[in-house]
Amino acid sequence: MATTVFLPAILAKLADAKQLQAPGETVGAVVNDVATRFPDLGERLRDSKGEPYPFVTFYLNDEDIRFHGGFAATVRDGDELTVVPSIAGG
Amino acid sequence: MTPRELPALSHEEILRYSRHLILPDVGVEGQRKLKAARVLLIGAGGLGSPLALYLAAAGVGTIGLVDFDVVDVTNLQRQVLHGTSDVGTPKLVSARKRIAEVNPHVELVTYEEPLTSENALRIFEGYDIVVDGTDNFPTRYLVNDACVLLGIPNVYGSIYRFEGQASVFATKDGPCYRCLYPEPPPPGLVPSCAEGGVLGVLPGLVGTLQATEAIKLILGAGDSLAGRLLLIDALGASFRTVKVRKDPNCPACGTRTLTTLIDYEQFCGSPHVGGDPKVAFNVPEIEPRDAAARLAKGDVDIVDVREPHELQIAKYPKVTAIPLGQLPNRIAELPRDRDLVLACRTGVRSAKAVQQLQAAGFTRVWNLAGGIHRWIDEVDPSQPKY
Repeated sequence: MATTVFLPAILAKLADAKQLQAPGETVGAVVNDVATRFPDLGERLRDSKGEPYPFVTFYLNDEDIRFHGGFAATVRDGDELTVVPSIAGG
Repeated sequence: MTPRELPALSHEEILRYSRHLILPDVGVEGQRKLKAARVLLIGAGGLGSPLALYLAAAGVGTIGLVDFDVVDVTNLQRQVLHGTSDVGTPKLVSARKRIAEVNPHVELVTYEEPLTSENALRIFEGYDIVVDGTDNFPTRYLVNDACVLLGIPNVYGSIYRFEGQASVFATKDGPCYRCLYPEPPPPGLVPSCAEGGVLGVLPGLVGTLQATEAIKLILGAGDSLAGRLLLIDALGASFRTVKVRKDPNCPACGTRTLTTLIDYEQFCGSPHVGGDPKVAFNVPEIEPRDAAARLAKGDVDIVDVREPHELQIAKYPKVTAIPLGQLPNRIAELPRDRDLVLACRTGVRSAKAVQQLQAAGFTRVWNLAGGIHRWIDEVDPSQPKY
């Protein structure tokens, strides 16, 4: 059971990849797997308590996970998780 | 405004806008709506440039422009509103000249002042649409909250390196910027374009998307980006759309507990210090000439925390090069019994490096004031600045 995680360039350098495959039955488990493999990236995905930051939005198949249970949201094989951190350049 | 109240088009305007007038979704009535429209652009930089040019060319009747910056030669790689001969002049002056040339029928209203909690509501009042082309988090939250309070749609766009985001916030029933990002990242976590760089055409891509959304809102045509976030990846040549839901707990547009504008510098954790790293980071500094003199005597080491590709442009002599991102894992390479001068391009990254080393117990660390820019000005003018 694997989810494809899409990373923006600002985070992709920390995993040396724009896409990752990660196992897990919830978004939190998927994020945990990624964070274990790439600790520097992990720090940018969740806070010290393991909770999502208010400035990094996770989309599970284009739906904001905050409205679907947050990190407890259930993922299915083949789901896509897109990480969208806040940027401010103009 | 009823069709009868919309302003008429002159013969010259009818000819000028003929490619719009023959479009079924625009037509004469749509063009008259554009002429009646009042659009406020926050920022006349990367995003503001294509926005101002295309909205003016399209015949938006009144364009407001907020900016207090001066044209710098490093702007010209992407800020197509300004030209080489404009370097050193206020952006609003060059914008006025250029917009008058693009379309003399546009009324341009300029606000040469920083947007603040004190002036935002006064400036925004009377505009139909606000377009956010700023380059920092405090102003983005300020623009959002002012738009929500006044009920003005906020056409959002932001960029970083090769990627961008665009959406439409604060429409009647739509979500706002705080629904997407309830809080900003801590200062320093997300580099600015000045620190991280940006592909010159990227603001062109995102700014024209914002201009398109603004025009669609004016015309009432098409499917707006309200409720959706468009993610643009220029390197991957990919566009992706995700849903933005209105958060019932959002203090701005949900519970509406936010009834007045706040201190956005404080909200974003960035006390206003004018960008001076010495004040912002509170680290000891050394002047470039002093550092050069001590380096010549051999009693100080320079640690360059810039990225490898930057070292090819301009160099410090005799350095240890460790990019800032690698510093936490390479601290053991640095001597604790030597005076260390941390250096970068302008002094911001090296100030962060000084903080990291101090946190790791280093006591003999200084930040090189002004980075390689001041080093070139004051020590080694043979090298190019970037």
